[in-house]
Amino acid sequence: MRKVAVAGVGMTKFGLSEKSQVEMFAEAAMEAITTSNLKPKDIQAVFVGNVLGDFEEGQMNIAPFCAAEIGLDPSVPATRVEGACASASVAIREAFIWVASGFYDIVLVGGTERAMAMGTPLATRTFAMGTDSRYEEFAGITFPGAFAMVAHLYSVKYGIPLAKLKERMALVAVKNHKNGAKNPLAQFQKEITVETVLNSPMIADPLQLFDCCPFSDGAAALVLTTEEIAKKLVAKPVYILGIGQGSNGPLCRQKDVTRIRAREAAARQAYKMAGLTPQDIDVCELHDCFTIAEIVASEGLGFFDFGKGSEAVEKGETQIGGRIPINPSGGLKAKGHPIGATGAAQAYEIVKQLRGECGERQVEGAKIGMTDTLGGDLATIVNIIYGI
Amino acid sequence: MQYPLTYKQFYEGLKQGKVLGLKCRSCGAYTAPPKMCCAECTGSNLEVVELSGRGEIKTFTVIRVPPEGFTAPYIVAMAELEEGPWLLGNLEGVDADQASLDLIGKKVKVGHKVIPPMRYSAGEGVAVTFSLA
Repeated sequence: MRKVAVAGVGMTKFGLSEKSQVEMFAEAAMEAITTSNLKPKDIQAVFVGNVLGDFEEGQMNIAPFCAAEIGLDPSVPATRVEGACASASVAIREAFIWVASGFYDIVLVGGTERAMAMGTPLATRTFAMGTDSRYEEFAGITFPGAFAMVAHLYSVKYGIPLAKLKERMALVAVKNHKNGAKNPLAQFQKEITVETVLNSPMIADPLQLFDCCPFSDGAAALVLTTEEIAKKLVAKPVYILGIGQGSNGPLCRQKDVTRIRAREAAARQAYKMAGLTPQDIDVCELHDCFTIAEIVASEGLGFFDFGKGSEAVEKGETQIGGRIPINPSGGLKAKGHPIGATGAAQAYEIVKQLRGECGERQVEGAKIGMTDTLGGDLATIVNIIYGI
Repeated sequence: MQYPLTYKQFYEGLKQGKVLGLKCRSCGAYTAPPKMCCAECTGSNLEVVELSGRGEIKTFTVIRVPPEGFTAPYIVAMAELEEGPWLLGNLEGVDADQASLDLIGKKVKVGHKVIPPMRYSAGEGVAVTFSLA
């Protein structure tokens, strides 16, 4: 297996966009290609994460349009990848495998999404399509609802009074908004307080509006190539050291949803491939679609013991400058969550962090970074470890 | 290989007041809702059985912002059946605005409600419901 490098990355500003999904992808892709010191003609294959384009723009089969938009030759295969909110990370793993295996040398991968075009009722409905359509969807479960059930179970299981847990969850949102305020590409660049969260409207008890990431538009992309080629192209290649993907069934079959087994399996694969442990990670972008989601992810990845993640937030261990800085980009909460693009945007942040290009939100001396992306009702998890 | 108990058969059972499931002839575990293999040992030597329909609430939420086609507020809960499997459904007969963590651990009985066909559903649906026992 060949060592795989990220040569360049690109990303649009997240938030309401007047541009189409194809136009946004083209912007992110051209930034990734040009900063790799490549031309579109050098790209041998394309993988595009996209979840709900069919509902957002009436756009199916978006990948070949993305390829054509940037002038790729008809001989270049372009493939849409869908793994709900983890789509772009699933796509990165696909691209990684093709380059690692020797089948392709230079692959463009990313994602694009325009969820804000749907409006809240249709967006809530289509996001809920990530649940089991036979046995769960007819109960009207929503995506916030799934994580709301995680939060209630977490409170009871670990004996943390709900009011205390909610305060600690609010601190996740406060931290991620603080980081997002330093990210010019973030959807929300404004700090908030615990009161902002606790006074916001209830969405799915106990999750309030500011416990939830927003609906977002945006795109992100990266160019993957071999170590040998990357060294010739750019000054600071970033390498994929470990990668893993896991799968879970419907919520009711997962039972104790405070432990997301697909994540534990994916993380094990990634750590094993990299020959690293959670203690080796300097910075992490993880899937904080809801505040409680960040807490359980920080435990599932091995940064904290199960049941201790919320206390770690309170102690500031996940802030920039803390023991394991989590979501310096602002995370899904503040940076935004254009679902098909999110995994690529996490990769964008980690690559920039490892290159030392993050300005005010830079994690000093970061050499090893990790991404964690979750799709559907805790069903798909991808973990990727990057290093320089 | 023949599917052992389809979702339509599971729905029909609920409509007749029965919670149907699968019992594994290899390991003895119960699987519900049904699937192709045993939820515990993945074996495929399964028999269709009727479950007690009794269980207890493990977690819940109150949906305040519903998907298109639903009217909030309503309670979604997961309950563990006496035989082991968990089901997800709507807790009925409890005021959503009075729902608190005290619900967790409460004994419930499984029922059902029929959901008319909606946009992007393959026809009529049957949702599991729970009522306090």
